[in-house]
Amino acid sequence: MDAILLQLLNGLDKGSAYALIALGLTLIFGTLGVVNFAHGALFMIGAFCAVTMQRFLTLSYETIDETKKDFLGNPLKVSSTYVESWFGPNIGSTIIDWAVPIAIVMAVPVMIAIGFVMERGLIKHFYKRPHADQILVTFGLAIVLQEIIKYFYGANPIPTPAPDMFRGSFDFGVLLGFDPNAIIYPYWRLVYFAFSAIIIGAVFAFLQFTTFGMVVRAGMADRETVGLLGINIDKRFTIMFGIAAAVAGLAGVMYAPINSPNYHMGMDFLVLSFVVVVVGGMGSLPGAVLAGFMLGILESFASMNEVKDLLPGIDQIIIYVVAIIILLTRPRGLMGRKGVMEE
Amino acid sequence: MFGLNTKDTTLLLIVAMLTMFAPFILNPFPADSAMAQFNAGYPDLMQRFVIFGIFAIGFNILFGLTGYLSFGHAAFLGVGSYSAVWMMKLLTMNVIPAIALSVIVAGLFSVVIGYVSLRRSGIYFSILTLAFAQMSFNLAYSVLTPITNGETGLQISLSDPRILDGAGAARYPNLFGAEMNDATTLFLGGWSFTFSVGYYVCAVIMLLCFYLSVRIFRSPFGMMLRAVKSNQQRMNYTGLNTKPYTLAAFVISGMYAGLAGGLLAAMDPLAGAERMQWTASGEVVLMTILGGAGTLIGPVLGAGFIKYFENIFSKINDSVLHSWFSFMPDGIEDLMVTLVHPFVGKGWSLTLGIMFMLVVTFLPGGLVEGGQRIGRLLRRKPAKDDSASGKTEPAE
Repeated sequence: MDAILLQLLNGLDKGSAYALIALGLTLIFGTLGVVNFAHGALFMIGAFCAVTMQRFLTLSYETIDETKKDFLGNPLKVSSTYVESWFGPNIGSTIIDWAVPIAIVMAVPVMIAIGFVMERGLIKHFYKRPHADQILVTFGLAIVLQEIIKYFYGANPIPTPAPDMFRGSFDFGVLLGFDPNAIIYPYWRLVYFAFSAIIIGAVFAFLQFTTFGMVVRAGMADRETVGLLGINIDKRFTIMFGIAAAVAGLAGVMYAPINSPNYHMGMDFLVLSFVVVVVGGMGSLPGAVLAGFMLGILESFASMNEVKDLLPGIDQIIIYVVAIIILLTRPRGLMGRKGVMEE
Repeated sequence: MFGLNTKDTTLLLIVAMLTMFAPFILNPFPADSAMAQFNAGYPDLMQRFVIFGIFAIGFNILFGLTGYLSFGHAAFLGVGSYSAVWMMKLLTMNVIPAIALSVIVAGLFSVVIGYVSLRRSGIYFSILTLAFAQMSFNLAYSVLTPITNGETGLQISLSDPRILDGAGAARYPNLFGAEMNDATTLFLGGWSFTFSVGYYVCAVIMLLCFYLSVRIFRSPFGMMLRAVKSNQQRMNYTGLNTKPYTLAAFVISGMYAGLAGGLLAAMDPLAGAERMQWTASGEVVLMTILGGAGTLIGPVLGAGFIKYFENIFSKINDSVLHSWFSFMPDGIEDLMVTLVHPFVGKGWSLTLGIMFMLVVTFLPGGLVEGGQRIGRLLRRKPAKDDSASGKTEPAE
């Protein structure tokens, strides 16, 4: 029982990342009808926003401390960060410690801007082209973005720690009456799950309860009619592209402490997120979220030793097996709408 | 000649000349000159040109003719490599059985994957093939380690049985005794040209493959595949079952990929799982599109282009750049080096990505279309679409 609960929890954080990326992919697909292979790269750029913020906050200058000597007897160089010297050592170090959450503030405008530039500069010209062309050009874009990041940050993973207070683990089992240490779960993963739940909720609320969201939903259902009513639907869809990019970026920012960002993390997630989108049903937002969590949890169950003894290697392929079964038995995916991308 | 019309025969002869004289053509600079680093005429790289040429020709039979974009073709390449290495471990170091087995196994594998994947089309097909390929990659890395030797990769060793080889048989991959890595070098003035057995084996096989693909393009079968690309629904309405045709195209292209994998293993007897990764599948997509999907010569051009840049562009470092721009004043020289630096050396994939985006956006027909446009400009003829290469318009 406790093992099952533990795997359920383990699946949640990966599932949250899948759900967030798949949500963004579906937003773009549902509004603009574009298959965006560069979405994984947006996730990766988000993670590098966290890295950048951390580097920015730890920018430092060197002073020579005359009172201390190194082992050769020369005056010791002391490097101290600007942040600490401005805000005092206590507040300063706290700010540096919280670099990842602070990066959210930076990531939102940056990602929205990247999204706008991408849509206006490139994707706009591909609406009328076949899906294969859209896949190809965004695939090229993903390579370019990835190489740019590699040029500036190098090829190695960059550790980006979470704030100190989230660094430990939470003994979940005690709450539910199990033995201590039976179900241990890192705090940051809980934070990640809560964060993604908030983002997903916010996106749905935005679409459901605002006038803007209503127009966007109307546009997703019938773009032409909404245009004929005198509403500038293109502009709204561009904004939705920005929002989708921001969702992917935020997923990346918060994922940085879980997995040190490297330049190809986006590609690794992209393949899985596409599988998630297809399983959930092309163009269905609830489907993307549901499938994201479902596949994340399935993956972690499949990596249990009991399951692996029964079916060796199942943990490596479970997601693909599920995707193939779903695609062949329920061609529209779990919650796909009729008439979306059907051949 | 060979059942082809004049244009195709000319094309085939040109390709034959180019591949046969490649050691000369690719080595235009004297061996000790500063430009020698742009020489591509060494066996290892030339083998890659033709092997990936085969891979891309095969991919083009599927994507160029039917429009089905597979993102999992590297799986067949990997399977081909593994089976070739196993053949060399168990039976003989002669490459013929190895290559034959790799084609057969890749063919069987592609029947299974194709049968399932082709039930869907468009983006779903791409994702299904991608899923299958990633699945094979993950399996090769983990559970199938007894067969694939996991991360280390499958290698041959002296203790392998090799039941057909006697005690004195060759220890390296060979064709009835002629070892693949045997080479003779011809020195001519400042130039040196290397002719290797391996390259010519690959080149002859590529020519056969190219000829076969020309025949497929020109056959009623090829016509049917193009009809599938332009409007599959209409084909279904006329009461025609398109599935056997698309499946045949898928299997043929899978066998081409397996052949390429087998040749890779025959040239260098090891096989690793990374050959099956989806980035490898992406590479063959890049090659085909860059050269010109749906054209005969395009994929070969694309494969050569990408492999050339991968090997030559990535060797350009800062000191080379400095020597190029040394005629400029110092400040401008440094500026130019800084500007060019991100695009060469390790950053060559950035150049590749940008080039690929430009080609998809402005030249959907790839390098071949670019060549045709330039040709038309030079001849100042009005645009006419009677290309020798059998290009088809992409379908919606």
